[in-house]
Amino acid sequence: MNLARAHVLVGVDDEARLAGVEEVLAALREAVADFDLSTEVQVVETGSLGVSGHGVVVAVQPDGVYYAGVTVRDARPIAEEHLLKGRPVRRLLLPTTAPAARPADVLTRQKRVVLSNCGVIDPEKIEEYIATGGYEALGKAVTEMTPDAVIDAVKRSGLRGRGGAGFPTGIKWSAVRTASDPERYVVCNADEGEPGTFKDRLILEGDPHKLLEAMAITGYAVGAHVGIIYIRGEYQLSIARTERAIRDAESMGILGERVFDTDFSFRVEVRPGAGAYVCGEETALLESLEGKRGWPRIKPPYPVTCGLWAKPTVVNNVETLANVPDIVRLGPAWYRTLGTPTCPGTKVYTILGNIRYPGLVEVEMGTPLRVLVHELGGGLLPGRTLKGILVGGAAGAFLAPTELDVRLDFDSLAERAAVLGSGAVLVMDESACMVDMLSSVLRFFRHESCGQCAPCRSGTDVLVRLIANLQTATADRRTLDQMVQIVDAMRAASLCPLGQSVALPVRTAFAAFRDEFTAHLAEHRCPQCQTTARAHGLHA
Amino acid sequence: MTKDAIAARHPRSPEALLSLLHDLQKANPENFLMPDDLALAASHAGLPLAAVRDAVTFYSMFSLRPRGRHIIRLCESPNCHLAGAWSALDELRGSLGVDVGETTSDGAFTLELTSCLGACGVAPVMMVDDEVVGNLNPERVRNTLARYREGR
Repeated sequence: MNLARAHVLVGVDDEARLAGVEEVLAALREAVADFDLSTEVQVVETGSLGVSGHGVVVAVQPDGVYYAGVTVRDARPIAEEHLLKGRPVRRLLLPTTAPAARPADVLTRQKRVVLSNCGVIDPEKIEEYIATGGYEALGKAVTEMTPDAVIDAVKRSGLRGRGGAGFPTGIKWSAVRTASDPERYVVCNADEGEPGTFKDRLILEGDPHKLLEAMAITGYAVGAHVGIIYIRGEYQLSIARTERAIRDAESMGILGERVFDTDFSFRVEVRPGAGAYVCGEETALLESLEGKRGWPRIKPPYPVTCGLWAKPTVVNNVETLANVPDIVRLGPAWYRTLGTPTCPGTKVYTILGNIRYPGLVEVEMGTPLRVLVHELGGGLLPGRTLKGILVGGAAGAFLAPTELDVRLDFDSLAERAAVLGSGAVLVMDESACMVDMLSSVLRFFRHESCGQCAPCRSGTDVLVRLIANLQTATADRRTLDQMVQIVDAMRAASLCPLGQSVALPVRTAFAAFRDEFTAHLAEHRCPQCQTTARAHGLHA
Repeated sequence: MTKDAIAARHPRSPEALLSLLHDLQKANPENFLMPDDLALAASHAGLPLAAVRDAVTFYSMFSLRPRGRHIIRLCESPNCHLAGAWSALDELRGSLGVDVGETTSDGAFTLELTSCLGACGVAPVMMVDDEVVGNLNPERVRNTLARYREGR
């Protein structure tokens, strides 16, 4: 960044756009100029500042002051009172009503590796990324390290895939490195679709160069010269920012021919998806990239030997890749100081639902669920009690409040037969009906089942009809058992993880909230279920 | 821009199929892919017409039927469900006078349901074309529709 006395960071994401951030930005710049502060104060347009539900959020650094719900009218008071006279505008401060956690603490208590630049630098200025140490790791890799040394560093870091499965990244890379075919690809999975998840969007919109740097390092390590980012079609701003970042990096000679003046060349392309959750499954994604419908392939062979166009291919999630530059730059030993011995590093979570501060946080692997819900999320709304938590997205597990002490990492959750998944944490208070919530999960799976294999295609449809019976009080004693039989069959016989994973939300919801489900068997008038049934045109 | 000019901006490869289809669909005011578009995409990408139809019918963002000038996609995933997406749906149905999957008689809007849009911080959420509209309540739905009816 330029040498300025203060930076006014304005978070630009969809929520801020909705609240008129463009006008606020213009007003702030005008006000700064009016008070003759242009040489001392820089107004920076940046990605999301990690606070949701507060309209336009503005941070003044280095003061660490956060303003919420900023409008055009507030620009002059901020410039005059805070920037000129040094007195923060109290009425605009981000609310600090919760004694348990204050938003400013929420932001400082995180450990940000993946999101270190998000909301701090201007994502549309490559110079700002470089000023924070960006592209240093790529330069170090291609000029000082052999490809094998890069893979070795990633292996020793213990980095595991953040897309949900937790597979060791270094092992994946070395399988591609040692493949016999010299034509190889690096594919970044940015088809973020797990309900309740928007971490990849934040990285793409807040720090796209970090992803490009990571992909080039991956390409160097595995011997690939083409990288492809598959971004879901609905993420228009992500696509635009990433494409712009590619152009800027190419014009500076960082990507393209002769990276850092070496013999290594690497180019990156963006490909949009077109609305299909199943394309987040890596082989379906590859099919989609080849211009086909996104039907998962039968594995093996795995993409590391037979991926895009049947060539060896690394497929990594956005968040996984965003860890790579710091691992190369600061070394695997540094990385291992974070997280747990088997799951080093940090994890980005989205905390949502009936919670005081919904939003996105990055903390070390192994952080207890309780800390996320009650400290970083600020706890429940006043007067409400916790009823349940859906951890890991639609393909995740329903947990009872007694599970709050579970640690959030791949292995601790596996011990509880749950999954980390995409890191979505949906908090529900007593106003939520678990039958109704599960019905939403099941309708999601029916809509997104790709139709290729019978267990998933038919199973999701029958499950939606059975839970509709529960919602209209027309189910009988056998309904719950039938649902369990179906999800178990789907787990055993479905072709891809989509169908296999439906068992998890169904079984965990039944286990943790059995009484509520059996209550819906009898004559039962549940207001939430009635609303849903009416919306879907279902009748008792 | 002619359809041929749109195609010329994409590489002649199956890899370009989805982006080409997006662009062709956007060029039609009624937000759908016409038979000629599919034929053009097939010859440009070097794929059989049947393969292009196969892909088009798979992805939810493509349509083979004419739609409204604006596409409304309301999220029905668990987080928006919990936040009360149904009251927004009631308002959309009432204000537009159409059900899910239908187009208003003046050709202005098509109402669709979608899976998670990744804007969960402002649930319940819908997209109108490329714009994300969140914190939906009946009033916000009405105001948004009015804004689009008046041409922004």
